[in-house]
Amino acid sequence: MTKGNIKTVALLAAALFFGSASAMAEETMGGWLGTFSHTSGVNPVSNRQYKEECGSCHFAYQPGLLPSKSWEKLLTAQGLHDHFGEVADLDKSTLDSIRDYVLANAAEKSYYKIARKITVATEDGEVPLRISEVRYIKRKHHGIPEKMIKDNKDVKSLSYCNACHTKAEQGIYKEDTVRIPNYPDY
Amino acid sequence: MNYKHALIFCASLAIAPLAFATPATDAEFAQFKTEGATKFSAEQGKQNWTKEVTSKEGDKRSCTSCHDADLTKPGKHNKTKKVIEPMAPSVNAERFTDQKKIEKWFKRNCEWTWGRECTAQEKGDFLKFLMGAK
Repeated sequence: MTKGNIKTVALLAAALFFGSASAMAEETMGGWLGTFSHTSGVNPVSNRQYKEECGSCHFAYQPGLLPSKSWEKLLTAQGLHDHFGEVADLDKSTLDSIRDYVLANAAEKSYYKIARKITVATEDGEVPLRISEVRYIKRKHHGIPEKMIKDNKDVKSLSYCNACHTKAEQGIYKEDTVRIPNYPDY
Repeated sequence: MNYKHALIFCASLAIAPLAFATPATDAEFAQFKTEGATKFSAEQGKQNWTKEVTSKEGDKRSCTSCHDADLTKPGKHNKTKKVIEPMAPSVNAERFTDQKKIEKWFKRNCEWTWGRECTAQEKGDFLKFLMGAK
């Protein structure tokens, strides 16, 4: 091996070493960023019972989408007996455990971005019972023409989150995950 | 087909109508009987399945408002449009395997559709009809 060759090998080794070191740093950094950006949506539903009982009739709205005052009103035996015109009775123990889960994860209990914004935007004394009445959610959809939501036969209302938000189930509502049915270019 | 095979074939035909009975449905029928129901009729269940009742709100409702009339096909919740898996155990093996679940949905859906809870007789007729659906 000549002197020049040794130099090249040493340089290569150094490059490899630093390369992998910086790749590692990036990974850790990315991991950290990943955890961080993970809190950008709303806390995904983690409770099997909630998913099963509520999600069998409609999109299982994340508890962080409504303040606890709203959930307290919705999740009573009486409230569920007339749940927007539907009979959604649950036995007492199921209702109790679902209510406990939801209240522990309601908007103001959550550190996720959407939940925090919903909390801040909800005015004192206001108790929205429908997702479509939540001030922050209404405001975020304000600029979208009616023909794309209300008059869109495959959407109809803000309450069908997953009609357009393709990752709604994971609690992700970012703009680049939105696909409006019948309006592919929007 | 030899004699033995023919025998097995005939035997399986004979037990076919019972094929979708589960411990949950057995328990349900036993329970309905203690509540005064007698003989369960799939034919009556079928008639009730499409029977229309006018609700307090003025709209006409039947089981087929949400479930498909063809029980091997999925239905759709009439308001939320959420897909409801087929009722027929012949295509949906999960159906009628959990007694608590059966009772929960009878209670909710009878009240929404007919404005009252179903009697033990009505529930038994429905169950018999649904279990045999193909």
